[in-house]
Amino acid sequence: MYYRQIWAKIRGAMCLAIPVKIVSIDGDEAETEIAGVRRRVSIALTPEAKLGDYVLLHTGYAIGVIDEAEANETLKLLEEIASLSEVH
Amino acid sequence: MKFIDEYQDNKLARGLAYKIAKRSTKTIRLMEFCGGHTHAILRYGIRQLVPKTVEMRSGPGCPVCVTATADLDKAIALAHLPDVIITTFGDMIRVPGSYSSLQQAKAEGADVRIVYSTIDAVEIAKANPKKSVIFIGIGFETTAPTIAASILKAQQEKIENFYVLSLNKLTPPVMKALLDSGEVKLDGIIGPGHVSVIIGSHPYEFIPRDYRVACVISGFEPLDILLCIDKLVEQIEKGEPKVEIAYPRGVRAGGNRKAWQLTERVFEIGEANWRGIGIVPQSGLKIRKKYERFDADEAFSVSLNLSREPKGCRCGDVIRGAAMPLECKLFRKVCTPESPVGPCMVSSEGACAAYYQYGTPENLQGFKADMEQVDG
Repeated sequence: MYYRQIWAKIRGAMCLAIPVKIVSIDGDEAETEIAGVRRRVSIALTPEAKLGDYVLLHTGYAIGVIDEAEANETLKLLEEIASLSEVH
Repeated sequence: MKFIDEYQDNKLARGLAYKIAKRSTKTIRLMEFCGGHTHAILRYGIRQLVPKTVEMRSGPGCPVCVTATADLDKAIALAHLPDVIITTFGDMIRVPGSYSSLQQAKAEGADVRIVYSTIDAVEIAKANPKKSVIFIGIGFETTAPTIAASILKAQQEKIENFYVLSLNKLTPPVMKALLDSGEVKLDGIIGPGHVSVIIGSHPYEFIPRDYRVACVISGFEPLDILLCIDKLVEQIEKGEPKVEIAYPRGVRAGGNRKAWQLTERVFEIGEANWRGIGIVPQSGLKIRKKYERFDADEAFSVSLNLSREPKGCRCGDVIRGAAMPLECKLFRKVCTPESPVGPCMVSSEGACAAYYQYGTPENLQGFKADMEQVDG
Protein backbone atom coordinates (compact mmCIF):
# COMPACT_ATOMS: atom_id res chain seq x y z
CA MET A 1 0.00 0.00 0.00
CA TYR A 2 1.40 3.40 -0.90
CA TYR A 3 1.38 6.15 1.67
CA ARG A 4 -1.01 8.21 -0.39
CA GLN A 5 -3.56 5.45 -0.09
CA ILE A 6 -2.92 5.20 3.63
CA TRP A 7 -3.49 8.89 4.19
CA ALA A 8 -6.56 8.80 1.96
CA LYS A 9 -7.79 5.86 4.03
CA ILE A 10 -7.47 7.57 7.39
CA ARG A 11 -8.48 11.02 6.25
CA GLY A 12 -11.97 10.00 5.26
CA ALA A 13 -12.75 7.26 7.69
CA MET A 14 -13.81 7.87 11.23
CA CYS A 15 -13.58 4.41 12.70
CA LEU A 16 -10.18 3.80 11.20
CA ALA A 17 -6.87 4.35 12.88
CA ILE A 18 -3.46 3.51 11.51
CA PRO A 19 -0.33 2.33 13.34
CA VAL A 20 2.42 4.97 13.23
CA LYS A 21 5.80 4.97 14.97
CA ILE A 22 6.76 7.72 17.42
CA VAL A 23 10.13 9.20 16.42
CA SER A 24 10.23 12.17 18.81
CA ILE A 25 8.14 13.59 21.64
CA ASP A 26 7.58 17.23 22.53
CA GLY A 27 5.17 17.70 25.45
CA ASP A 28 1.78 16.30 24.44
CA GLU A 29 2.75 16.23 20.77
CA ALA A 30 4.82 13.68 18.91
CA GLU A 31 6.45 13.34 15.52
CA THR A 32 5.30 10.06 13.98
CA GLU A 33 6.32 8.12 10.92
CA ILE A 34 4.71 5.64 8.57
CA ALA A 35 6.18 4.44 5.25
CA GLY A 36 8.67 7.33 5.24
CA VAL A 37 5.99 9.97 5.81
CA ARG A 38 6.16 12.05 8.96
CA ARG A 39 3.33 13.72 10.76
CA ARG A 40 2.93 15.65 13.99
CA VAL A 41 0.18 14.22 16.17
CA SER A 42 -1.28 14.82 19.61
CA ILE A 43 -0.49 12.26 22.29
CA ALA A 44 -2.72 13.99 24.86
CA LEU A 45 -4.93 10.87 24.97
CA THR A 46 -2.01 8.45 25.34
CA PRO A 47 0.38 10.02 27.87
CA GLU A 48 1.98 6.57 28.37
CA ALA A 49 3.32 6.54 24.77
CA LYS A 50 7.12 6.34 24.58
CA LEU A 51 9.73 6.93 21.92
CA GLY A 52 9.73 4.00 19.49
CA ASP A 53 6.17 2.92 20.38
CA TYR A 54 3.61 2.38 17.69
CA VAL A 55 0.37 4.24 18.30
CA LEU A 56 -3.00 4.09 16.58
CA LEU A 57 -3.48 7.44 14.88
CA HIS A 58 -7.05 8.69 14.49
CA THR A 59 -7.95 12.21 13.27
CA GLY A 60 -4.68 13.72 14.46
CA TYR A 61 -4.66 12.01 17.87
CA ALA A 62 -2.94 8.86 19.09
CA ILE A 63 -5.84 6.94 20.65
CA GLY A 64 -3.96 3.85 21.86
CA VAL A 65 -0.53 2.31 22.10
CA ILE A 66 -0.01 -0.95 20.19
CA ASP A 67 0.92 -3.89 22.37
CA GLU A 68 3.81 -5.55 20.50
CA ALA A 69 3.77 -8.69 22.62
CA GLU A 70 0.07 -9.22 21.85
CA ALA A 71 0.73 -8.52 18.16
CA ASN A 72 3.38 -11.26 18.11
CA GLU A 73 1.07 -13.67 19.97
CA THR A 74 -1.65 -13.14 17.37
CA LEU A 75 0.80 -13.78 14.53
CA LYS A 76 2.03 -16.94 16.22
CA LEU A 77 -1.55 -18.14 16.55
CA LEU A 78 -2.25 -17.39 12.89
CA GLU A 79 0.87 -19.30 11.82
CA GLU A 80 -0.15 -22.28 13.92
CA ILE A 81 -3.59 -22.30 12.32
CA ALA A 82 -2.02 -22.11 8.83
CA SER A 83 0.39 -24.98 9.55
CA LEU A 84 -2.44 -27.13 10.90
CA SER A 85 -4.53 -26.59 7.80
CA GLU A 86 -1.62 -27.71 5.58
CA VAL A 87 -1.46 -31.09 7.26
CA HIS A 88 -4.96 -31.99 6.11
CA MET B 1 4.42 -1.50 7.09
CA LYS B 2 4.57 -2.91 10.54
CA PHE B 3 1.25 -4.04 12.05
CA ILE B 4 -0.42 -3.82 8.65
CA ASP B 5 1.38 -6.02 6.09
CA GLU B 6 1.73 -9.08 8.29
CA TYR B 7 -2.04 -9.14 8.81
CA GLN B 8 -2.67 -9.35 5.07
CA ASP B 9 -0.71 -12.55 4.42
CA ASN B 10 -2.32 -14.83 1.85
CA LYS B 11 -1.14 -18.14 3.24
CA LEU B 12 -2.28 -17.34 6.75
CA ALA B 13 -5.65 -16.20 5.40
CA ARG B 14 -6.13 -19.53 3.64
CA GLY B 15 -5.30 -21.35 6.87
CA LEU B 16 -7.97 -19.42 8.73
CA ALA B 17 -10.52 -19.83 5.94
CA TYR B 18 -9.94 -23.60 6.03
CA LYS B 19 -10.43 -23.66 9.80
CA ILE B 20 -13.65 -21.65 9.62
CA ALA B 21 -15.06 -23.86 6.83
CA LYS B 22 -14.23 -27.00 8.79
CA ARG B 23 -15.80 -25.70 11.96
CA SER B 24 -18.98 -24.18 10.56
CA THR B 25 -22.05 -26.43 10.40
CA LYS B 26 -24.90 -24.12 11.42
CA THR B 27 -26.26 -21.42 9.13
CA ILE B 28 -25.58 -18.18 10.97
CA ARG B 29 -25.90 -14.43 10.48
CA LEU B 30 -23.22 -12.02 11.61
CA MET B 31 -23.30 -8.24 11.61
CA GLU B 32 -20.22 -6.13 11.23
CA PHE B 33 -21.11 -3.03 13.22
CA CYS B 34 -18.40 -0.84 11.78
CA GLY B 35 -18.34 0.65 8.29
CA GLY B 36 -14.57 0.22 8.23
CA HIS B 37 -15.14 -3.53 8.53
CA THR B 38 -17.71 -3.49 5.71
CA HIS B 39 -15.16 -1.89 3.43
CA ALA B 40 -12.38 -4.31 4.41
CA ILE B 41 -14.68 -7.34 4.01
CA LEU B 42 -15.57 -6.35 0.47
CA ARG B 43 -12.18 -5.02 -0.50
CA TYR B 44 -10.30 -8.17 0.52
CA GLY B 45 -12.97 -10.58 -0.74
CA ILE B 46 -13.63 -12.05 2.69
CA ARG B 47 -17.09 -13.13 1.54
CA GLN B 48 -15.38 -15.53 -0.84
CA LEU B 49 -13.19 -16.95 1.92
CA VAL B 50 -15.94 -17.84 4.38
CA PRO B 51 -18.39 -20.72 3.84
CA LYS B 52 -21.93 -20.16 2.59
CA THR B 53 -23.23 -21.00 6.05
CA VAL B 54 -21.98 -17.60 7.25
CA GLU B 55 -24.19 -14.70 6.19
CA MET B 56 -22.93 -11.19 6.76
CA ARG B 57 -24.83 -7.95 7.25
CA SER B 58 -23.57 -4.41 7.54
CA GLY B 59 -24.57 -2.42 10.61
CA PRO B 60 -24.93 1.22 11.64
CA GLY B 61 -21.23 1.94 12.22
CA CYS B 62 -20.81 4.79 9.78
CA PRO B 63 -20.91 8.15 11.59
CA VAL B 64 -21.75 10.15 8.49
CA CYS B 65 -24.55 7.73 7.53
CA VAL B 66 -26.29 7.69 10.91
CA THR B 67 -26.39 11.47 11.20
CA ALA B 68 -30.08 12.32 11.00
CA THR B 69 -31.23 14.51 8.14
CA ALA B 70 -32.65 17.04 10.65
CA ASP B 71 -29.19 17.39 12.25
CA LEU B 72 -27.55 17.80 8.87
CA ASP B 73 -30.14 20.46 8.00
CA LYS B 74 -29.12 22.28 11.18
CA ALA B 75 -25.44 22.19 10.16
CA ILE B 76 -26.35 23.60 6.75
CA ALA B 77 -28.47 26.36 8.35
CA LEU B 78 -25.54 27.25 10.66
CA ALA B 79 -23.29 27.51 7.59
CA HIS B 80 -25.56 30.22 6.18
CA LEU B 81 -25.31 32.42 9.29
CA PRO B 82 -23.15 35.53 8.86
CA ASP B 83 -19.51 35.40 10.04
CA VAL B 84 -19.60 31.66 10.60
CA ILE B 85 -16.97 29.18 9.44
CA ILE B 86 -18.10 25.55 9.42
CA THR B 87 -15.36 22.98 9.90
CA THR B 88 -16.11 19.33 9.24
CA PHE B 89 -14.66 15.96 8.34
CA GLY B 90 -14.54 15.48 4.57
CA ASP B 91 -17.36 13.07 3.86
CA MET B 92 -19.96 15.20 5.58
CA ILE B 93 -19.98 18.00 3.04
CA ARG B 94 -21.36 15.89 0.19
CA VAL B 95 -24.26 14.33 2.10
CA PRO B 96 -27.59 15.63 0.81
CA GLY B 97 -29.78 17.20 3.49
CA SER B 98 -33.50 17.84 3.02
CA TYR B 99 -33.04 20.82 0.76
CA SER B 100 -29.30 21.37 0.31
CA SER B 101 -25.88 20.10 1.37
CA LEU B 102 -22.84 21.70 3.01
CA GLN B 103 -21.16 21.57 -0.39
CA GLN B 104 -24.06 23.48 -1.95
CA ALA B 105 -23.98 25.98 0.92
CA LYS B 106 -20.28 26.48 0.18
CA ALA B 107 -21.04 27.04 -3.49
CA GLU B 108 -23.61 29.65 -2.42
CA GLY B 109 -20.94 31.54 -0.49
CA ALA B 110 -20.90 29.93 2.95
CA ASP B 111 -17.46 29.32 4.47
CA VAL B 112 -17.27 25.54 4.85
CA ARG B 113 -13.85 23.97 5.41
CA ILE B 114 -12.79 20.35 5.52
CA VAL B 115 -10.47 19.47 8.37
CA TYR B 116 -8.58 16.27 9.10
CA SER B 117 -8.60 16.82 12.86
CA THR B 118 -10.30 18.91 15.54
CA ILE B 119 -6.83 20.40 16.10
CA ASP B 120 -7.15 22.06 12.66
CA ALA B 121 -10.58 23.44 13.59
CA VAL B 122 -9.16 25.08 16.74
CA GLU B 123 -6.31 26.53 14.66
CA ILE B 124 -8.83 28.01 12.22
CA ALA B 125 -10.63 29.61 15.18
CA LYS B 126 -7.35 31.10 16.40
CA ALA B 127 -6.55 32.48 12.96
CA ASN B 128 -10.03 34.00 12.51
CA PRO B 129 -10.87 35.73 15.81
CA LYS B 130 -13.69 37.78 14.27
CA LYS B 131 -15.52 34.71 12.97
CA SER B 132 -17.40 31.99 14.82
CA VAL B 133 -15.86 28.63 13.99
CA ILE B 134 -18.24 25.69 14.39
CA PHE B 135 -17.00 22.11 14.24
CA ILE B 136 -19.60 19.54 13.18
CA GLY B 137 -18.95 16.93 15.83
CA ILE B 138 -19.88 13.58 14.36
CA GLY B 139 -18.40 10.20 15.22
CA PHE B 140 -18.55 7.43 17.79
CA GLU B 141 -16.52 6.79 20.94
CA THR B 142 -13.33 6.74 18.86
CA THR B 143 -13.71 10.37 17.87
CA ALA B 144 -15.48 11.78 20.94
CA PRO B 145 -12.27 12.06 23.04
CA THR B 146 -10.59 14.09 20.29
CA ILE B 147 -13.54 16.49 20.27
CA ALA B 148 -13.49 16.71 24.07
CA ALA B 149 -9.75 17.44 23.87
CA SER B 150 -10.40 20.27 21.40
CA ILE B 151 -12.95 21.88 23.71
CA LEU B 152 -10.55 21.65 26.65
CA LYS B 153 -7.77 23.10 24.51
CA ALA B 154 -9.98 26.00 23.42
CA GLN B 155 -10.87 26.65 27.07
CA GLN B 156 -7.25 26.48 28.16
CA GLU B 157 -6.13 28.85 25.42
CA LYS B 158 -9.13 31.14 26.00
CA ILE B 159 -10.36 30.82 22.45
CA GLU B 160 -13.78 32.48 22.53
CA ASN B 161 -14.95 31.78 19.00
CA PHE B 162 -14.78 27.98 18.83
CA TYR B 163 -18.00 25.93 18.97
CA VAL B 164 -18.99 22.31 18.53
CA LEU B 165 -22.30 21.01 17.19
CA SER B 166 -22.32 17.80 19.18
CA LEU B 167 -23.80 14.94 17.18
CA ASN B 168 -21.57 12.28 18.72
CA LYS B 169 -23.11 8.86 19.16
CA LEU B 170 -22.51 5.81 21.33
CA THR B 171 -22.17 2.25 20.12
CA PRO B 172 -23.52 -0.14 22.81
CA PRO B 173 -26.91 1.63 23.18
CA VAL B 174 -27.64 1.39 19.46
CA MET B 175 -26.64 -2.28 19.41
CA LYS B 176 -29.18 -2.75 22.19
CA ALA B 177 -31.82 -0.86 20.18
CA LEU B 178 -31.20 -3.08 17.13
CA LEU B 179 -31.31 -6.28 19.19
CA ASP B 180 -34.47 -5.10 20.99
CA SER B 181 -36.25 -4.40 17.71
CA GLY B 182 -35.67 -7.99 16.59
CA GLU B 183 -35.98 -6.86 12.97
CA VAL B 184 -32.77 -8.61 11.92
CA LYS B 185 -32.03 -11.83 13.77
CA LEU B 186 -28.35 -12.05 14.59
CA ASP B 187 -26.13 -14.82 15.91
CA GLY B 188 -22.98 -12.78 16.28
CA ILE B 189 -21.57 -9.27 16.12
CA ILE B 190 -18.17 -8.28 14.74
CA GLY B 191 -17.38 -5.63 17.36
CA PRO B 192 -15.90 -2.26 16.38
CA GLY B 193 -12.13 -2.29 16.89
CA HIS B 194 -11.31 1.34 17.36
CA VAL B 195 -14.42 2.23 19.37
CA SER B 196 -13.22 -0.54 21.68
CA VAL B 197 -9.69 0.88 21.90
CA ILE B 198 -11.42 3.67 23.85
CA ILE B 199 -14.25 1.91 25.73
CA GLY B 200 -12.79 -1.59 26.09
CA SER B 201 -14.84 -4.79 25.97
CA HIS B 202 -16.95 -4.56 29.14
CA PRO B 203 -19.73 -2.33 27.74
CA TYR B 204 -20.72 -5.19 25.37
CA GLU B 205 -21.25 -7.77 28.12
CA PHE B 206 -25.04 -7.37 27.91
CA ILE B 207 -25.04 -8.76 24.36
CA PRO B 208 -24.25 -12.42 25.19
CA ARG B 209 -25.90 -12.14 28.64
CA ASP B 210 -29.28 -10.67 27.63
CA TYR B 211 -29.57 -11.69 23.98
CA ARG B 212 -27.40 -14.85 23.69
CA VAL B 213 -25.57 -13.21 20.79
CA ALA B 214 -21.80 -13.65 20.36
CA CYS B 215 -19.61 -10.53 20.21
CA VAL B 216 -15.97 -10.54 19.11
CA ILE B 217 -14.01 -7.31 18.72
CA SER B 218 -12.00 -7.19 15.52
CA GLY B 219 -9.16 -5.24 13.93
CA PHE B 220 -9.38 -3.97 10.38
CA GLU B 221 -6.89 -6.03 8.39
CA PRO B 222 -8.21 -9.10 6.56
CA LEU B 223 -6.57 -11.59 8.95
CA ASP B 224 -8.03 -9.73 11.93
CA ILE B 225 -11.51 -10.07 10.48
CA LEU B 226 -11.07 -13.76 9.60
CA LEU B 227 -9.77 -14.48 13.09
CA CYS B 228 -12.81 -12.69 14.51
CA ILE B 229 -15.19 -14.71 12.31
CA ASP B 230 -13.43 -17.91 13.40
CA LYS B 231 -13.99 -17.05 17.07
CA LEU B 232 -17.62 -16.10 16.42
CA VAL B 233 -18.28 -19.38 14.58
CA GLU B 234 -16.63 -21.30 17.41
CA GLN B 235 -18.79 -19.61 20.06
CA ILE B 236 -21.99 -20.07 18.07
CA GLU B 237 -21.27 -23.73 17.24
CA LYS B 238 -20.66 -24.43 20.93
CA GLY B 239 -23.71 -22.41 21.97
CA GLU B 240 -21.56 -20.35 24.33
CA PRO B 241 -21.83 -16.70 23.34
CA LYS B 242 -19.47 -14.29 25.09
CA VAL B 243 -17.43 -11.13 24.52
CA GLU B 244 -13.95 -11.75 23.15
CA ILE B 245 -11.17 -9.54 21.86
CA ALA B 246 -9.65 -10.74 18.58
CA TYR B 247 -7.62 -7.52 18.31
CA PRO B 248 -5.50 -7.63 21.47
CA ARG B 249 -2.66 -5.58 20.01
CA GLY B 250 -5.02 -2.59 19.99
CA VAL B 251 -7.81 -3.30 22.49
CA ARG B 252 -7.53 -3.86 26.23
CA ALA B 253 -10.56 -4.97 28.22
CA GLY B 254 -10.54 -1.72 30.20
CA GLY B 255 -10.14 0.53 27.14
CA ASN B 256 -8.27 3.85 27.19
CA ARG B 257 -9.40 5.20 30.56
CA LYS B 258 -7.67 8.56 30.17
CA ALA B 259 -9.44 9.21 26.85
CA TRP B 260 -12.83 8.23 28.24
CA GLN B 261 -12.38 10.29 31.42
CA LEU B 262 -11.65 13.31 29.24
CA THR B 263 -14.80 12.60 27.22
CA GLU B 264 -16.92 12.34 30.37
CA ARG B 265 -15.50 15.59 31.67
CA VAL B 266 -16.83 17.50 28.69
CA PHE B 267 -19.86 15.46 27.67
CA GLU B 268 -22.86 13.91 29.37
CA ILE B 269 -24.97 11.14 27.97
CA GLY B 270 -28.28 12.04 26.36
CA GLU B 271 -30.59 10.84 23.62
CA ALA B 272 -29.56 10.95 19.96
CA ASN B 273 -31.39 10.91 16.66
CA TRP B 274 -30.16 8.16 14.30
CA ARG B 275 -31.00 8.00 10.63
CA GLY B 276 -33.16 4.97 9.96
CA ILE B 277 -33.54 4.17 13.66
CA GLY B 278 -34.90 7.35 15.25
CA ILE B 279 -34.36 8.64 18.77
CA VAL B 280 -32.37 6.18 20.87
CA PRO B 281 -32.18 7.02 24.59
CA GLN B 282 -28.74 7.29 26.20
CA SER B 283 -27.02 6.96 22.82
CA GLY B 284 -25.61 10.44 22.31
CA LEU B 285 -23.16 12.87 23.87
CA LYS B 286 -24.25 16.37 24.88
CA ILE B 287 -21.88 19.10 26.01
CA ARG B 288 -22.06 19.61 29.80
CA LYS B 289 -23.37 22.89 31.19
CA LYS B 290 -19.89 23.78 32.43
CA TYR B 291 -18.71 23.94 28.80
CA GLU B 292 -21.92 25.33 27.28
CA ARG B 293 -20.17 28.36 25.83
CA PHE B 294 -18.62 25.95 23.31
CA ASP B 295 -21.99 24.40 22.49
CA ALA B 296 -23.24 25.52 19.07
CA ASP B 297 -26.77 24.47 20.07
CA GLU B 298 -26.67 27.01 22.93
CA ALA B 299 -24.88 29.81 21.08
CA PHE B 300 -26.82 29.88 17.82
CA SER B 301 -30.43 29.47 16.94
CA VAL B 302 -31.59 28.59 13.48
CA SER B 303 -35.09 27.95 12.20
CA LEU B 304 -35.54 24.74 10.32
CA ASN B 305 -38.17 23.44 7.96
CA LEU B 306 -39.44 19.92 8.49
CA SER B 307 -36.76 17.50 7.33
CA ARG B 308 -37.45 15.01 4.59
CA GLU B 309 -35.64 11.92 3.41
CA PRO B 310 -34.52 11.45 -0.18
CA LYS B 311 -37.25 9.65 -2.13
CA GLY B 312 -36.58 5.96 -2.70
CA CYS B 313 -33.36 5.98 -0.67
CA ARG B 314 -33.04 2.94 1.60
CA CYS B 315 -30.08 4.15 3.66
CA GLY B 316 -32.16 3.81 6.82
CA ASP B 317 -32.85 0.11 6.10
CA VAL B 318 -29.19 -0.47 5.14
CA ILE B 319 -28.03 1.11 8.42
CA ARG B 320 -30.21 -1.29 10.44
CA GLY B 321 -28.98 -4.26 8.41
CA ALA B 322 -32.56 -4.79 7.24
CA ALA B 323 -31.65 -4.36 3.58
CA MET B 324 -28.56 -4.94 1.46
CA PRO B 325 -27.42 -2.04 -0.69
CA LEU B 326 -28.21 -4.21 -3.74
CA GLU B 327 -31.84 -4.35 -2.67
CA CYS B 328 -32.23 -0.60 -3.12
CA LYS B 329 -33.72 0.27 -6.47
CA LEU B 330 -31.57 3.39 -6.74
CA PHE B 331 -28.25 1.54 -6.19
CA ARG B 332 -25.85 1.93 -9.12
CA LYS B 333 -28.67 3.26 -11.33
CA VAL B 334 -29.57 6.63 -9.85
CA CYS B 335 -27.31 6.60 -6.79
CA THR B 336 -23.55 6.50 -7.43
CA PRO B 337 -20.52 7.93 -5.62
CA GLU B 338 -20.43 10.74 -8.18
CA SER B 339 -24.06 11.64 -7.61
CA PRO B 340 -25.10 10.12 -4.27
CA VAL B 341 -28.73 10.14 -3.13
CA GLY B 342 -28.05 9.08 0.45
CA PRO B 343 -25.12 9.17 2.89
CA CYS B 344 -24.38 5.43 2.63
CA MET B 345 -23.13 6.08 -0.92
CA VAL B 346 -21.16 9.20 0.08
CA SER B 347 -19.16 8.08 3.05
CA SER B 348 -15.91 6.18 2.82
CA GLU B 349 -17.42 4.01 5.52
CA GLY B 350 -20.89 3.70 3.98
CA ALA B 351 -22.11 0.24 3.03
CA CYS B 352 -23.45 1.34 -0.37
CA ALA B 353 -20.11 2.94 -1.27
CA ALA B 354 -18.32 -0.31 -0.32
CA TYR B 355 -20.68 -2.46 -2.40
CA TYR B 356 -20.35 -0.04 -5.30
CA GLN B 357 -16.58 0.06 -5.19
CA TYR B 358 -15.76 -3.58 -4.52
CA GLY B 359 -18.97 -5.44 -5.29
CA THR B 360 -17.98 -7.72 -8.16
CA PRO B 361 -20.41 -10.61 -8.69
CA GLU B 362 -17.82 -13.09 -7.27
CA ASN B 363 -17.35 -10.90 -4.25
CA LEU B 364 -21.06 -10.85 -3.56
CA GLN B 365 -21.59 -14.59 -3.79
CA GLY B 366 -23.67 -15.74 -0.90
CA PHE B 367 -25.61 -12.54 -0.60
CA LYS B 368 -29.31 -13.07 -0.86
CA ALA B 369 -29.84 -10.17 -3.18
CA ASP B 370 -30.80 -10.81 -6.75
CA MET B 371 -27.58 -11.07 -8.73
CA GLU B 372 -29.24 -9.61 -11.79
CA GLN B 373 -29.25 -6.30 -9.99
CA VAL B 374 -25.49 -6.52 -9.72
CA ASP B 375 -25.06 -7.19 -13.41
CA GLY B 376 -27.49 -4.41 -14.32
